[in-house]
Amino acid sequence: MTTSSSTATEHGGDVRLTGISKTYDNGFTAVRPLDLTVPAGSFFALLGASGCGKTTTLRMIAGLEEPTTGTVRLGDQDVTGLPPYKRPVNTVFQSYALFPHLDIFENVAFGLRRRGIKSVKKQVEEMLDLVQLGEQARKKPHQLSGGQQQRVAVARALINHPQVLLLDEPLGALDLKLRRQMQLELKRIQTEVGITFIHVTHDQEEAMTMADTVAVMNAGTVEQLGAPTDLYENPRSTFVANFLGTSNFVSCEISGRGGDELTLTAGDGKLALFADRCSAPTTTGGKLLLGVRPEKISIVHADDAASVPVGRNRLTGRIKDSSFIGVSTQYVVEGPLCDGFEVYAQNVERDPRLVPGAEVVLHWNPAHSFGLDATQDVEAGAAKVEEDAAA
Amino acid sequence: MSAATVTEEARQDAPEPPEAAKPRRGRGRFVPYWLLLPGLLWLIVFFALPMIYQASTSIQQGSLEDGFKVTWHFATYWDALSEYWPQFVRSVAYAACATVLCLLLGYPLAYLIAFRAGRWRNLVLILVIAPFFTSFLIRTLAWKTILADGGPVVGTLNSLHILDVTTWLGITEGHRILATPLAVVCGLTYNFLPFMILPLYTSLERIDGRLHEAAGDLYASPGTTFRKVTFPLSMPGVVSGTLLTFIPAAGDYVNADLLGSTDTRMIGNVIQTQFLRILDYPTAAALSFILMAAILAMVTFYIRRAGTEDLV
Repeated sequence: MTTSSSTATEHGGDVRLTGISKTYDNGFTAVRPLDLTVPAGSFFALLGASGCGKTTTLRMIAGLEEPTTGTVRLGDQDVTGLPPYKRPVNTVFQSYALFPHLDIFENVAFGLRRRGIKSVKKQVEEMLDLVQLGEQARKKPHQLSGGQQQRVAVARALINHPQVLLLDEPLGALDLKLRRQMQLELKRIQTEVGITFIHVTHDQEEAMTMADTVAVMNAGTVEQLGAPTDLYENPRSTFVANFLGTSNFVSCEISGRGGDELTLTAGDGKLALFADRCSAPTTTGGKLLLGVRPEKISIVHADDAASVPVGRNRLTGRIKDSSFIGVSTQYVVEGPLCDGFEVYAQNVERDPRLVPGAEVVLHWNPAHSFGLDATQDVEAGAAKVEEDAAA
Repeated sequence: MSAATVTEEARQDAPEPPEAAKPRRGRGRFVPYWLLLPGLLWLIVFFALPMIYQASTSIQQGSLEDGFKVTWHFATYWDALSEYWPQFVRSVAYAACATVLCLLLGYPLAYLIAFRAGRWRNLVLILVIAPFFTSFLIRTLAWKTILADGGPVVGTLNSLHILDVTTWLGITEGHRILATPLAVVCGLTYNFLPFMILPLYTSLERIDGRLHEAAGDLYASPGTTFRKVTFPLSMPGVVSGTLLTFIPAAGDYVNADLLGSTDTRMIGNVIQTQFLRILDYPTAAALSFILMAAILAMVTFYIRRAGTEDLV
């Protein structure tokens, strides 16, 4: 049997997608040709707004969708032409898709039985204990809560020791608290069993907390791939910068270069940026977008402008709006160069003068700036998040 | 009281449900029963009373000239059963054959409509129901022409020597189909096929397509997926479809009358003859009760075995 041989080489091999694309019969291209390698044993997240092709990519790995072009390889085995039931891959579906006519025990035992394994009792019981559902074995799926059903879906897939476990927005139907709990739970299980997890989600926080590597997808392509911190600190497009957290941008022109440091001119101000954090060409006279995350910015009242250390990037503006959210205060600042800048300040020592209308100076360490190609849409990605939240 | 005051009152009721709800519940308590009344009356007049009348008929004795009297003559039941048991057995056998054939023909069709028909789905469903637009009798008569001795069906089957096989099996006779058991079973199958397809379709159509994907993902081949997921989930449709086919088929007399011969008489034909030609009302009534009891017993056993009450 194909599956049992692959169980033997359990953690064997990376998932490699080569030039894979999907165009549906109606002409809609869900995935443009893309190459992706998921290292064996990693927790990999495909992150993107709805309709970006992440689920289609996952379904092509599972064999539920036939790629228009390209190949899917698991380790050294080309599985592109294999039907789903012959692939050493299991999926946790978004809707769980538990079999309503079978009890929890039989749902979990389903994959084992199909592979001709007779004595399933011990394995199933162990798996149910792992997901803390030992007591519920004889109940039907509809008698369980959403979180319990979700755990059954995970157990049903994991018991087969797949080479790769695919998770299609498995936490989408759960409430926030349960989501957080299940995120940790899934992460724990992944560490424990060491199977490659490919997790599809539109929730950037979820992707960042759980995954070792995140691929941000947009309109059928991978925008950027990397470790969560790397993606967050060094976005290479405005889409990634806006989709993962919030970013502020200033349009600048490169006016000079001193060693590793670029000097930028924006209006009558001068800003600094390190060349290694700039994904756009760094020729003098070129235009680029300087980005900075809201929490990297310090905010001081204009009267204290003299206290700002030399060598920091600084901009002036006026507070347009401020909202107190407990641990921090979020300010929206408008100014000639920083229109609509968001600034998050930790509530350590609150300056009572920082109220809407106050003149302020924003400053930050140049090392926290990143440079992007100026030809992009500054709003890319940001609007998508709102749409998604509204949906 | 105008409508406005009623809503006003309702609005006042809302904040304090426990006290305000009481008088309304008192007034409204009988509403469900009033709504039940028309149906209940209908059942009493057209079901319960005829049943009682028939039950009393079955234990009467007498003749048309002298009139019938209730004599508690239960022997009629025994006499009817011992005389007409072959027709009972034949009815059950024909109905069972027709039900199995309906299931074999109807399941693939229902499956196709539910999962593969796409935008043709409604058209195919209408085609399934279309025969109902003409009379049952006319359609059965049409089959008489289709299966006629000189007709193309018999001709083709004869030249392919299929009728030799069916004759050997004992379901046709003398190179013809008409007036044989085969014709009756064919007629029953044709006439009750929609009653099989529609419930099957309904239960298949309700199955979440993602369950098929999940089964495939868990190493079930398409064949295994059907056996372990699709078919078990369509059991409610199979049970109701077979019941809707078997019950009327067992009591049917039109097909046996038009397509069969004296050798293919079903219990329905016997009852019809007793009532309308021989005018032996007690025997006819007794036969009807025996048929009803037999079907009830079989259906109960069947439902118990199928265990559908467990399905969601």
